[in-house]
Amino acid sequence: MKRFSVFAIAREAMRQHSGWSRTWANPQPKKSYEVIIIGAGGHGLATAYYLGKNFGITNVAVIEKGWLGGGNTGRNTTIIRSNYLQDPSAAIYEKSRSLYENLSQELNYNVMFSPRGCMMLAQTQHEMRGYQRTAHANSLQGVKTEFIGPERIKQLCPIMNVDGPRYPVLGALWQSRAGSARHDAVAWGYARACSEMGMHILQKTEVIGVTQEAGNVTGVETSRGHIECKKLGMVVAGHASVVAEMAGFHLPIESVPLQALVSEPIKPCMDVVVMANTVHGYMSQSDKGEMVIGGGTDGYNAYTQRGSFHHLEETVRALIETFPMISRLKMLRHWGGIVDVTGDRSPILSKTPLGQTFINCGWGTGGFKAIPGSGWAFAELMAKGESPLTAEFGLDRFSAGRFVDESVAAGVAH
Amino acid sequence: MLMLNCPYCGMNKDETELSAGGEAHIKRFGPGSSDQDFEEYLFGRANPKGLHFERWRCSSGCGKWFHAARCTLTLEVFGTYEAQTLEPPQSIKDLITVKRPGWSWRAFS
Repeated sequence: MKRFSVFAIAREAMRQHSGWSRTWANPQPKKSYEVIIIGAGGHGLATAYYLGKNFGITNVAVIEKGWLGGGNTGRNTTIIRSNYLQDPSAAIYEKSRSLYENLSQELNYNVMFSPRGCMMLAQTQHEMRGYQRTAHANSLQGVKTEFIGPERIKQLCPIMNVDGPRYPVLGALWQSRAGSARHDAVAWGYARACSEMGMHILQKTEVIGVTQEAGNVTGVETSRGHIECKKLGMVVAGHASVVAEMAGFHLPIESVPLQALVSEPIKPCMDVVVMANTVHGYMSQSDKGEMVIGGGTDGYNAYTQRGSFHHLEETVRALIETFPMISRLKMLRHWGGIVDVTGDRSPILSKTPLGQTFINCGWGTGGFKAIPGSGWAFAELMAKGESPLTAEFGLDRFSAGRFVDESVAAGVAH
Repeated sequence: MLMLNCPYCGMNKDETELSAGGEAHIKRFGPGSSDQDFEEYLFGRANPKGLHFERWRCSSGCGKWFHAARCTLTLEVFGTYEAQTLEPPQSIKDLITVKRPGWSWRAFS
C-alpha cells in the first residue's frame, strides 16, 4: 500500500492517476482465524484495527453481509460529541472524540474531522435544568463544555431564530471541541489500515449460524462455508438480536428505524452542529453545502431501513420555526437506518453467555461518534478479557440493576 | 404507513392514531421468582426480523389495548386480536402458517 501524501498526489498527477492501488484487498476466506469480527461497519473495523495495533493480533477476519460501511456507518448524521451525563459514558465518548482528533494522521486517510463545535439547545425549562446539570457533570469529568445563553447562541449560529413563539431557545450546552467527520472515510480508513496489517475483510459474506462446543465458540457458518475461530466479536448494530439468537441468547435490545435527510447544496450558512432534542431535530451543513438533518426514531420495532413519514414531517415542521430560512429548501435524499436501543440508552460491550464470544451493540442512535473509542475499548476487552472503559457496560448490569442511565439524562430518545 | 384494525371498535387506524406498546405475551415474574426470570421479563426481548407479536393501543379511538401480529421487515399485518388472551387465536396462527410456513415465535408456532 502506498502512503497518501501531497507528493503522491503530485506524482500521480504526472501520470494520469494510473498508479493508485486498491484501498483494501478482497481475499478468499481462510479455513480459520484467531479472531472473527461479525460486521464490517465502523465499530467492527475499528475493533479489528486496535486488536492489531494495540495487541498485535492480526490473524483477524471481519465478515460483512453487504459491503463495508454500508449499514448505519453510512446512514448517520456524523455528529461527534462527548457531553454525556454519566461518568462511564463520558469516559468512552471522550476517549472516542480525542481519538478522532488524530485519526486522519494515524490512518493516513483523511476522515475530514471538523471540530466545529456542537450545541444542544434547551427549549424548555426542563432542558435548561438538565443541560446545566450536564455542564456541571462534564466539568467534573474533565470534558470541556459550557452552558451558554441566547446571545452567544445567536452569535455562533446567526441563522437561528432564538425567540420563536412555540420553541424559544433559552440556552444551550456548548461543546467547542465537538464536530463532525466524513462517515464513509472513517470506515474506509480503518479498512485500509486493517488490510495493510494482513487482516481479511470478507464482504458479501453472510453469517448464518454460530457453531459451539462445550460452551465455547468454535466458528461461524457463512454463505461461503464454515470458518473457524478462537474468539468471536459480534458488532452488528441493528441486527444484534438476530446474531445473538444464532448463538443462543436474548438481548435487552429493540431495533427501530431512525431517519435522516439532506437538502440541496447551498452556500455556507452554518458552521456549527445544532441539536434540538425537544423537537427531535439535528442539523449541520456538510462540506458540499447540503443541510444534513436527523430526526427521531419510530415508536415500534422494524427492520425496514426507511421509517415512518410522519416522523420526518414532525422533525422538519419543528426545525422550520428555529431555522426559518430552510423553509424553501428542497430535500434531496432521505433514508433510514436500524438502530439497536437498550432500556437505559447506553451501549453493551460485554462477554456473553457463550464462551470466547463478545458483543458490542446497543449504541442506539449515537454510534458514529463512538467508533474509535468503542473499537479501542472492545479490542481490549476481546484481547485481555477486561477493559476499564467497558467495565460498566456489561450485559450483567441489567440483572444487577446497575444502569448507565442516559435516557433520563437527555430526557428524550437520542 | 402502517395501518391496523382495532378489534374492539372495528376502526381501521393509521399509526399516528395508535400508540405502540412493545412486545406482547410477555410472561410476568414477580417476587419469589429467580433473578434470571425477572431479568428476562423486564428486559429480554425477542426483537425478531420478521414475524412479531405486539401490543398496541387505540389511543385516539376507543382507548383499548389490543394485540397485533406483524412482520417487522415488510410491515405486513397478519391480523389483530383482543388483548385478553395468553396466546394468539388459532385463526391468526393458521393465517400466518399460510404466509410464513414453519414459523415460530418464542413458545408459539
